[in-house]
Amino acid sequence: MKTEDLKNNKDYKYGFTTDVENVRSPKGLSEETIRFISNIKKEPNWMLEWRLKAFNRLKVLKEPDWQKPKYPKIDYQDLYYYSAPKSASEKPKSLDEIDPKILETYKKLGIPLVEQKRLNGIAVDAVFDSVSVATTFKDELTKKGIIFCSISEAIQKHPDLVKKYLGSVIPISDHYFATLNSAVFTDGSFVYIPPNTKCPMELSTYFRINASETGQFERTLIIADKGSYVSYLEGCTAPMRDENQLHAANVELVALDDAEIKYSTVQNWYPGDEKGVGGIYNFVTKRGACRGKNSKISWTQVETGSAITWKYPSCILQGDNSVGEFYSIAITNNFQKADTGTKMIHLGKNTKSKIISKGISAGNADNMYRGLVEIKNKAINSRNYTQCDSLLMGNKCGAHTIPYIKNNNATSTIEHEATTTKINEEQLYYCNQRGLDQEEAVSLIVNGFCKEVLQQLPMEFAVEAQKLVAISLEGSVG
Amino acid sequence: MLNIKNLEATIDNKHILKGLNLNIKPGEVHAIMGPNGSGKSTLANVLSGKNGYEIKGDIKYNGESLSELSTEERAQKGIFLAFQYPLEIPGVNTNTFLRTSLNSVRKAQGDKELDTLTFLKLIKEKASELGIDEKFLSRQLNVGFSGGEKKKNEILQMKLLQPKLSILDETDSGLDIDALRIVADGVNSYKSKENAFLIITHYQRLLDYIKPDYVHVLSNGKIIKTGDADLGVQLEKTGYSNIV
Ligand SMILES: Nc1ncnc2c1ncn2[C@@H]1O[C@H](COP(=O)(O)OP(=O)(O)OP(=O)(O)O)[C@@H](O)[C@H]1O
Ligand SMILES: [Mg+2]
Repeated sequence: MKTEDLKNNKDYKYGFTTDVENVRSPKGLSEETIRFISNIKKEPNWMLEWRLKAFNRLKVLKEPDWQKPKYPKIDYQDLYYYSAPKSASEKPKSLDEIDPKILETYKKLGIPLVEQKRLNGIAVDAVFDSVSVATTFKDELTKKGIIFCSISEAIQKHPDLVKKYLGSVIPISDHYFATLNSAVFTDGSFVYIPPNTKCPMELSTYFRINASETGQFERTLIIADKGSYVSYLEGCTAPMRDENQLHAANVELVALDDAEIKYSTVQNWYPGDEKGVGGIYNFVTKRGACRGKNSKISWTQVETGSAITWKYPSCILQGDNSVGEFYSIAITNNFQKADTGTKMIHLGKNTKSKIISKGISAGNADNMYRGLVEIKNKAINSRNYTQCDSLLMGNKCGAHTIPYIKNNNATSTIEHEATTTKINEEQLYYCNQRGLDQEEAVSLIVNGFCKEVLQQLPMEFAVEAQKLVAISLEGSVG
Repeated sequence: MLNIKNLEATIDNKHILKGLNLNIKPGEVHAIMGPNGSGKSTLANVLSGKNGYEIKGDIKYNGESLSELSTEERAQKGIFLAFQYPLEIPGVNTNTFLRTSLNSVRKAQGDKELDTLTFLKLIKEKASELGIDEKFLSRQLNVGFSGGEKKKNEILQMKLLQPKLSILDETDSGLDIDALRIVADGVNSYKSKENAFLIITHYQRLLDYIKPDYVHVLSNGKIIKTGDADLGVQLEKTGYSNIV
C-alpha cells in the first residue's frame, strides 16, 4: 500500500483499511482497461461495445470547470479503474463463502451481512471497491418478482431490461464524468419492481472504497414499473488517506405510470483531515425520469463527507401530473467544499416539484446551492416551490445560493425562498445555561435546522443521520 | 449557598464589576436594584459562567469555587438564569429543547432521563400552572413569542429544572398586570427552605408580590447599600439620587 492511513483524524470512525489481496486492472484509462473490466465481468459483447462507444465519445469531451470548488488536475492515467478483492472475483457466492475480512469490514461499518436479523426488513447490496460482494434477502424479493442485484449480474441475467433502460436517463455522451462512468463503470445496484408491486422492504446499497489509487465508478439503475413503489437508500464510506480519490457515479431512475421511487443517500466519504489533505472527490450524476403519468421521484440526500461534493440529483417530469422532490442537507466543515443542488425539468402538464435545501458550513468550508427549475412551454399548470436555507458557523466559511429559473409558461408558477442564518455565541450560551454542553447545543440547533429533510429519511436511518450530522460538526463552534 | 468576595469583571476593556460582595443562604430572597448600566446583568452572566469576562475575586457556590466550572456544569448543579432578553432559536421545537435540557440536568444529577410521554405530562402540568397555552410548546423556541411570553417561558423552565439558585434578570419587565401576578405566584410556589433567589428588578411592584429578605443597591459595579424589604419601597419614592 503506497499511502499510509492517517491516524490523526479521530472523528472519522470509518477510516480503517481492510487488508485483502486485490485484483487490479492495468493502470490508466485505455481501451485495454475497458476490455479488462468487461472481460473480468464476463460481459456480453453489446455491453463492451457500449463502453467503447462512451470511451470514444470521452476523447472529444472536456472536463467541466464551471463549478465553484476547484481541484488540482486529475491524472486519469495514474488511476486504477478496477480493483476487487481476489476472493470476490468468482461472484455470485453465498454469504458463507465471502472472505471473513470483508464480512468483518461491513460489520465494523454497522452493516452485518450475515446476522441479517439485526437490519430487519432492509435488503442490502454491498459494493466493495469495484464489485458487489453480497446481496441479502434476495429470495424473499424474487418471490414478488422484484429484481435486486448488482448491475454486473443484471447485465448477464436481465439483458433486455438493462439494454432498454441503461443510458436512457443519462445518455452516454451527457457530460465528461457521466461519459467516463459509462466507459469504465464497475459495479452498483440494479432494481426492477414489477407492475403493481410495493416493495416490501427498504433496499439499500452500501458503497465502500478500500483500495488506494483507485477510482470508484458506481452505476445504479432503478426501474419502477407501472403502479409500483420502492424506497432505496445508499450509504458510503472510505478509509482515511492523504491522497484524493475519485468517486464518479451514475445513478438512473425510471418511474413509469403511477409509480414512485424514493431514493435516499447518506454520504459519508472520508472528508480529508482538518488541514484539507486527502478526501474523496464525489462527482456524481444522478437523474430520475418520471416517465409515466402520475409518477413520482423523490431524492433525499444527507451529504456530510467528501473533500468535494459535486452533484445535482435531478428529475425530468415527463409524465402528466408527475411529481419531483429534492430534500438535501449538505454539511461542509474544515476545508470541505460542496457544489450541489438539483434540476427540475417540467415537461408534462400539471407537474409539480419541491426543493428543500439546507446547507451548513463551518470552519473554512464553502457550500454552494446551485439549482435549475425549468418549466417548458407544454407544461401547463405546473408548479415549483424552492426553499434554500444556509446556516453558518464561524466567520471563515461561506454559503452561496444560485437558483437558475426558466419559466416558459404563463399558467405555471415558480416560488423561491432563501435564508441565511448564523449560529451565534449567544444562542449557545443560552443552551449551555440550560445544562446542554456545546455538542448537545450544536446538535440541537443543527438538527432543528435540517428537520424537514431528516424527516424524509426512512425511520431506520433518520436516527443515524441525525448523529452523523452532529459528529461532522463536532468542535466547529467555540 | 453563594459567597461572592471582591468580585471584579472586565470585558472588552470595560471594567464593569468593581469589587462586589454578596452572600446568599438557602431559602433567602435577595433583590438587586440599581441604575441602568450599573452591572446587574453582568453579575448574572458572570455567575452563570458566560465566556469572555476577565474575572478577579472569588465566587463560592455551596463551598465549591465556580471559576473551575463551565456554564453547563453550573446549570447542572442548580444555577438558573432567567434572561433579561431570552434568545430565539429558530428550528428548535420548544418541547424538544425543554426535554433535552431537563434530561441533561437530570443525567448530571444522577437521575433517570424522562421518556417523551412522562415529560409531556409533566410539562403540560407546569405550563398550565403558568397559564401558558400548550400551543407554545410546539412552536420554535421563543421565535415570534411576545416579550411577556418569552419571560413566562423562562419561568416555566425554572419550574421544570428546579434549580437551587434562581437568578431572575428583569423578569418583570414587559409583563402585563395579570402575567406579573402569575409569574410571582410561580416564584412563590417554588420558594422553599432549600432554594434561593436573586431577583434583579427596577420596580417595587414585583417585590410587592415576592417579598425579599434583602434589597441591595448596585451602582457603578459595587453594592453600595443593603437593606430589608423597606429599602425597595423607599427607592421607589426617592430614586437613586440620594444614595448614589
Ligand atoms: N461586551 C461589552 N463591552 C463593553 N461594554 C459592555 C459590554 N457588556 C456590557 N457592557 C457595559 O457594561 C455596563 C453594565 O452592563 P449591564 O448589562 O450589566 O447593566 P445592567 O445593570 O444590567 O443595566 P440595565 O438595567 O439597563 O439592564 C453597561 O454600561 C454596558 O454598556
Ligand atoms: Mg440588565
